[in-house]
Amino acid sequence: MWTPYLGGQMTDLPLTRNIARGKAPTDLTAYEANGGYSAARKSIGQSAPEELLEVIKDANLRGRGGAGFPTGMKWSFVPKPDIQNSPGHRYLVANADEMEPGTFKDRLLMEFDPHQLIEGMLLSAYTLSADVGYIFIRDEYHVAIKRLKDAIGEAENKNLLGDRILGSEFNFHLHVHISAGRYICGEETALLNSLEGKRAIPRAKPPFPQVSGLWGRPTIVNNVETLCNIPHIIDNGADWFRSLGLGSDGGTKLFGASGRVKNPGCWELPMGTTIREILEEHAGGMKDGYRLKGFLPGGASTDFLVEEHLDLPMEYESIMKAGSRMGTGTMIILDDRTCPVGMIANLEKFFARESCGFCTPCREGLPWVQQILDSIEAGEGKLSDIDILESQTRFIGAIGNTHCAHAPGAMEPLASGLKYFRDDFVRHIENKQCQYTSGGA
Amino acid sequence: MNELTNKLISALSEAEIGEIEAEIRHLPDRRSAAIDALKIVQNHRRWVSDASLASIAHLLDMSTAELDGVATFYTLIYRKPVGEKVILFCDSVSCWIMGGDKICDRIKSQLKIAYGETTADGKYTLLPVTCLGDCDHAPAMMIGDDLHHDLTNENVDTLFGGTND
Repeated sequence: MWTPYLGGQMTDLPLTRNIARGKAPTDLTAYEANGGYSAARKSIGQSAPEELLEVIKDANLRGRGGAGFPTGMKWSFVPKPDIQNSPGHRYLVANADEMEPGTFKDRLLMEFDPHQLIEGMLLSAYTLSADVGYIFIRDEYHVAIKRLKDAIGEAENKNLLGDRILGSEFNFHLHVHISAGRYICGEETALLNSLEGKRAIPRAKPPFPQVSGLWGRPTIVNNVETLCNIPHIIDNGADWFRSLGLGSDGGTKLFGASGRVKNPGCWELPMGTTIREILEEHAGGMKDGYRLKGFLPGGASTDFLVEEHLDLPMEYESIMKAGSRMGTGTMIILDDRTCPVGMIANLEKFFARESCGFCTPCREGLPWVQQILDSIEAGEGKLSDIDILESQTRFIGAIGNTHCAHAPGAMEPLASGLKYFRDDFVRHIENKQCQYTSGGA
Repeated sequence: MNELTNKLISALSEAEIGEIEAEIRHLPDRRSAAIDALKIVQNHRRWVSDASLASIAHLLDMSTAELDGVATFYTLIYRKPVGEKVILFCDSVSCWIMGGDKICDRIKSQLKIAYGETTADGKYTLLPVTCLGDCDHAPAMMIGDDLHHDLTNENVDTLFGGTND
């Protein structure tokens, strides 16, 4: 059973206000009883879509899927509807393909408060004049799929989805698309190809999906957590949202910690909460007998940070300045008894396997990196291997040398790992063995 | 070939065609239902045989080769027979840190299979899977539709009833 963080006061922690340890998932009645769909009721057919777009822009909501792109700006690139010259559907897609290793936040939102995502999509679709929506969800999330489908049925019965929603002229039909695996589906243009029934190979950009996305029509793809913020911003205003953050970024964020900490989990906290607070107060610090050696702040494709970074606030700019990315905000903790070379070898095995195979540097480069790391871990490495790894971090790590951001993302933990844990690499090679006993293989 | 095998590789059933057509209804063209169609057939037959693939391609107005290109891209479309239940064992980083590899080795030795193989009794097929999004309860795996987490030697022994040490 999932043990989510105990949601706090309603307004301070909006995303988890219906979610608490031991509490049943929220159905439509419970969701509405706690103010749910009030943003939709006061906006659909009442407010102009342009007004809502301005509120989202003012709120400075940034994408919660990893890249942190400002949501309002992303939306503003969608052309205005033009029925005469450009008839056809306009699409909104929720990226619920949570597959970034170490990330476990969207599952919580979908399993325990599915209507929050649906209302977020409804309001977003209204703002964007989108008439069809898809929730692109990974197959393994059976519980979330069931609860989302049930919730969509409830919403349709109450005219919160479908035609002429709440008596307005607005139509929005929402479908659940169950994916068939592959991490690359999380890349938004690969996701669109997958929704079209094709191999999930990223598309060249431009054109951007906002102009030519799903089946060549205007399309917005947003992460689940991003969309879940929308009803609260519409309900309470941009100023309120910005005030929730402790620093430069507005709102709250689902942060998490996994690895050898006392209380691994996922918590909604103000944007800008320090890493130390997340690790020491919420995750309870390291397990007895283990010390912190480093951590990935936001999933597998973010750079390692170390103890000196503990007092940084978790927000986009400060983590970027420290040389990493906040990513998904769910941290993976490396302890002093787990081998950093082994951990990086595990990460690169994952990236090599998940390459879509379209471009050569990624398809060939990642398995090469993986083989070198495996041989170092097995005590068969040479010192010159470190140079090869470093040259790879510069070659396939550079945006523009590969078709998409997959290989550059893969190089982030490797480049930073070589920087912070270089002694470990050298020791493996000189001693011809791995001297760690805990964790991993 | 026995009756079950015949059923598994025969042309599509009415139920399968009905489910596939229902998916096509909210899509702009037939081929966009490719992944849904493959999964529908797999739900009925556990895997997608060459004969099934050809039937689906015909139904969707696609070439068999193009549909196979789609089918083989995705890890959860099975183009070979699998056991009654597929074990998806998370081999991503958080589970690895928490000793998932050793737990998986124990399962392999108890079931006497490696990744990609099916047990002699046809009950289980073991496959690695990317992060199951359950990292605060690592190590984790799925058996069929069910998530199992906080895995230890003891609960793996209970699940598979083996003591092969």
